[in-house]
Amino acid sequence: MNTTDPYAGERLKLSPFYPRQKVLNIRDAWGAWNGYKFADCFYDAEYEYFCVRNTCATYDICPMQKYDIRGPDAEAMLNRMVTRDVKKIGLNRVAYCVWCTDEGRMIDDGTIFKLSDDKFMLTCGSPCTAWLEKSAFGFDGVTVTDVTDELAALSLQGPTSCAVLKKMGLAGIETAKAFDIMRFPFHGDTLMVSRTGFTGDLGYELWIQPALALELWDDLYAAGEDYGIQPFGEAATNMARLEAGFIMPAMEFNEALRTVHFEHDQTPFELNLGWLVDFKKPHFSGKSALLKEKQRGPKYTLTKLDIEGNKPADGSYIYKNRRCTQEIGYITSAMWSPAVKANIALAMIKTEHLQGELWAEIYYEKELRQYSRVARCTRKQKPFWSPARARATPPQDY
Amino acid sequence: MSNYDAIVIGAGHNGLTNAAYLAKAGLNVVVLEKNDYIGGASVSREMHQGWIYSSCSYVCSMMRQSLHRDLDLGRHGLLLVPYLGTINFGDAEQRLISYHDEEAAHLELKRHSPHDADAMHRFQTDLTRYAQLIRKTLLRTVPDPTSFRPRDIRELLFLAKQFWALGEKEIYEYVRFFTMSAAEYLEDYFENDLIKAAMASPGIIGTALGAYSPGSSYILLHHVMGDVDGSIGAWGLARGGMGAISNAIAGALQEHGGEVRTNAGVQKVLVENRKAVGVVLENGDEVRARIVVSNLDAKRTFTRIMDKNDLPEGIYEKACNFKIRGSSGKVNIALSGMPKFTHVPDNRYINRGGQTFSGSLETMERAYDCWKRGRWSDNPFIESVIPSAWDPTVAPPGKHWMSNFIQYCPPELSSGPWTAEKRDQFGQTVVDKIERYSPGFKDLIVHMEVRTPHDIEQEIGLTEGNIFQGELTIDQLFFNRPFPGYAQYRMPVKNLYMCGSSTHPGGGVSCACGANAAREILIDLRRPNTVPEDDFYDE
Repeated sequence: MNTTDPYAGERLKLSPFYPRQKVLNIRDAWGAWNGYKFADCFYDAEYEYFCVRNTCATYDICPMQKYDIRGPDAEAMLNRMVTRDVKKIGLNRVAYCVWCTDEGRMIDDGTIFKLSDDKFMLTCGSPCTAWLEKSAFGFDGVTVTDVTDELAALSLQGPTSCAVLKKMGLAGIETAKAFDIMRFPFHGDTLMVSRTGFTGDLGYELWIQPALALELWDDLYAAGEDYGIQPFGEAATNMARLEAGFIMPAMEFNEALRTVHFEHDQTPFELNLGWLVDFKKPHFSGKSALLKEKQRGPKYTLTKLDIEGNKPADGSYIYKNRRCTQEIGYITSAMWSPAVKANIALAMIKTEHLQGELWAEIYYEKELRQYSRVARCTRKQKPFWSPARARATPPQDY
Repeated sequence: MSNYDAIVIGAGHNGLTNAAYLAKAGLNVVVLEKNDYIGGASVSREMHQGWIYSSCSYVCSMMRQSLHRDLDLGRHGLLLVPYLGTINFGDAEQRLISYHDEEAAHLELKRHSPHDADAMHRFQTDLTRYAQLIRKTLLRTVPDPTSFRPRDIRELLFLAKQFWALGEKEIYEYVRFFTMSAAEYLEDYFENDLIKAAMASPGIIGTALGAYSPGSSYILLHHVMGDVDGSIGAWGLARGGMGAISNAIAGALQEHGGEVRTNAGVQKVLVENRKAVGVVLENGDEVRARIVVSNLDAKRTFTRIMDKNDLPEGIYEKACNFKIRGSSGKVNIALSGMPKFTHVPDNRYINRGGQTFSGSLETMERAYDCWKRGRWSDNPFIESVIPSAWDPTVAPPGKHWMSNFIQYCPPELSSGPWTAEKRDQFGQTVVDKIERYSPGFKDLIVHMEVRTPHDIEQEIGLTEGNIFQGELTIDQLFFNRPFPGYAQYRMPVKNLYMCGSSTHPGGGVSCACGANAAREILIDLRRPNTVPEDDFYDE
């Protein structure tokens, strides 16, 4: 810490990519994520969103929490913590996971990278050192290390992302299937690339030691110059993830360990993530509670909605009837989707009312006056945005 | 001989939209296209290996969002991306950049004129007010003001209500606005020549009017009333070129069971007992249907594919006199690299926008003078955009394609017919002008496609190459479009309809004409309506 700066302890940390991002963030639109200074947008959120959908764009995931979990008991420990069967994760594969309290309420979601038989990496949005240590209780052969600051990571998302990596010289990257991990020599070190992301589109995440972060950025941007590469921030990410139907903490779910009120947190079943809960495996945190939840059925169900009109339904209640007398749920995230051309939203709706009519009461402002409109909602089963290229191997160049 | 419920002549975006909505209602529909490709003027074609040109229309803003949404065109491959600001080039070294960002745009205007930077707010406010009213009419059938049918009266009341809501002063202003020239209208707001020229440029695009001609203010409004995702005045590009729009609509049409036949030019509309009963193709085949819908312009429909004797008195003459004057050329250029322009910062964002070589109002008017004398402008107005700067699908990586829209270029030259040589000279005039603003530009040229109004008519079938299928002047708008008394898509022969831009709401890749016509046809055929309303319920 710089001792000449009396406010050093109050300042946000800077990502290893900050020197490059600072130059490109011409609107000085900074927020924060896990103590890091983090871009809301660089120029224009909508433009950056379109780069994700039309060309390619980078998202700084250095502030995302990363844990090195290793040792002969690493797999068993993770398997007791998360709801998915970690044994089923192949070598050099990534799996999306959630973990819950004993009451079956969701603490967080994240990804597990299986790097070798006894070495894993767990990534998640919020710090979870304490819960990891609690989860490791009773396992002697496992060490958990927070490697967030020791590993720089950059997400490259969009239809030209594979072409850019090929141009950068990552030979064979086009053979990586979704959730595969590959490694490439890079300036004397190793660049790890996973075909993962948070946009629902073709995309990769690049993992490198912080000392080589700027080399990675420069190589990537040199290769991406002719492929429309552009940094994107939190605002564009939030648009892309909603189109993909992905959940966000503090939007769709309230982390269980930060929830004051009874059942203001969620179960995986409520969040439509029942497919991540594997009852066939031995005991894991929340198993018996989740089994009960499964048999009883979740109180609420996260639902994808296509809403008539074009006013985003942020903060709206969902009603069973057009007259809005019987409230049955609430919107968690909403936006006008430029790619899908639909007024989309995620909503928590009482499961018993899912099959009936759904109406949203939308409030909007026009030149300081408030207006409201009741709009019919249609349930959607599939993600709003799910292009074939996101799954194609090898992917096309655009 | 084959039988259909409906034949749509011409696979342009409106014809395809019309057919898609008829097919959605369960009708057995065929679209007949003379070319071996579909899209009409909303088309992408690989004219040089690796380069895909939007040969005719090149940007998009009028596209009705609710149709896009209703036909699920995204799933059929359509992505409309708004593009960033435009660089306006003055006659000399002045450059006006219309940034996407509001703050940056204001500062840039201030650099030229603090007065105009402030006046821009009032200008945008007034224009938005006018645009919002017109926008409400786009996906509605215009009422017949002489009719007492309840539907016409209801629609008239709707319009009256919208007008009345403007307030007394604005009603006067609005009426005045419609009769003005773009240049005069702008005089009310701005003092700076380049700002005036930049703001006037939408007032001359596609029309055989000058910035000082009465009526050009409406043309201006027509070009700024569209939107991309609700942002009025914004323009977008279709990923994959404008053909992506036609292809997506064709995808929706086929999904609903409709059929598209290419290389099937229509020679004649068959009329029996004063009813349209089908068409005869150029190859002599007959195709019969319950109704016939023409997506061709009004002049072509009534003077080329219909027998004068099948028409009621006066229609042929009306069609002959229909104002459909060609005034625009198009030069599509494949480039080996990104051109650099003088006195423009090297900025990753503005390099991804468009370029308008407008000069001053004086320059624009002199360009119009050339057209009046039957020559192409020797110092033309050029509106350019380099879609490959952000669309990875239209040129090889690192290479670019530049769309150049040229005002003015006449369909017939006073010096005699168009020849290949004259066409090249016209192209050279355009390239020479761009070279003045971008030294070295010519060295980047890999391939060039020059299209005069004459070429556009020959290929696409737009009479005189008029991009709007008929001038957007007040005498040919709303209940006067295409002819007074025939503004509701039903034509003077029973079972014959029109669905192209010759009908309300006019030119632009809006799909509105085709959708509106489908709604009227479905009423006549007593089928449930499949056409959605506009999806903005308030703005």
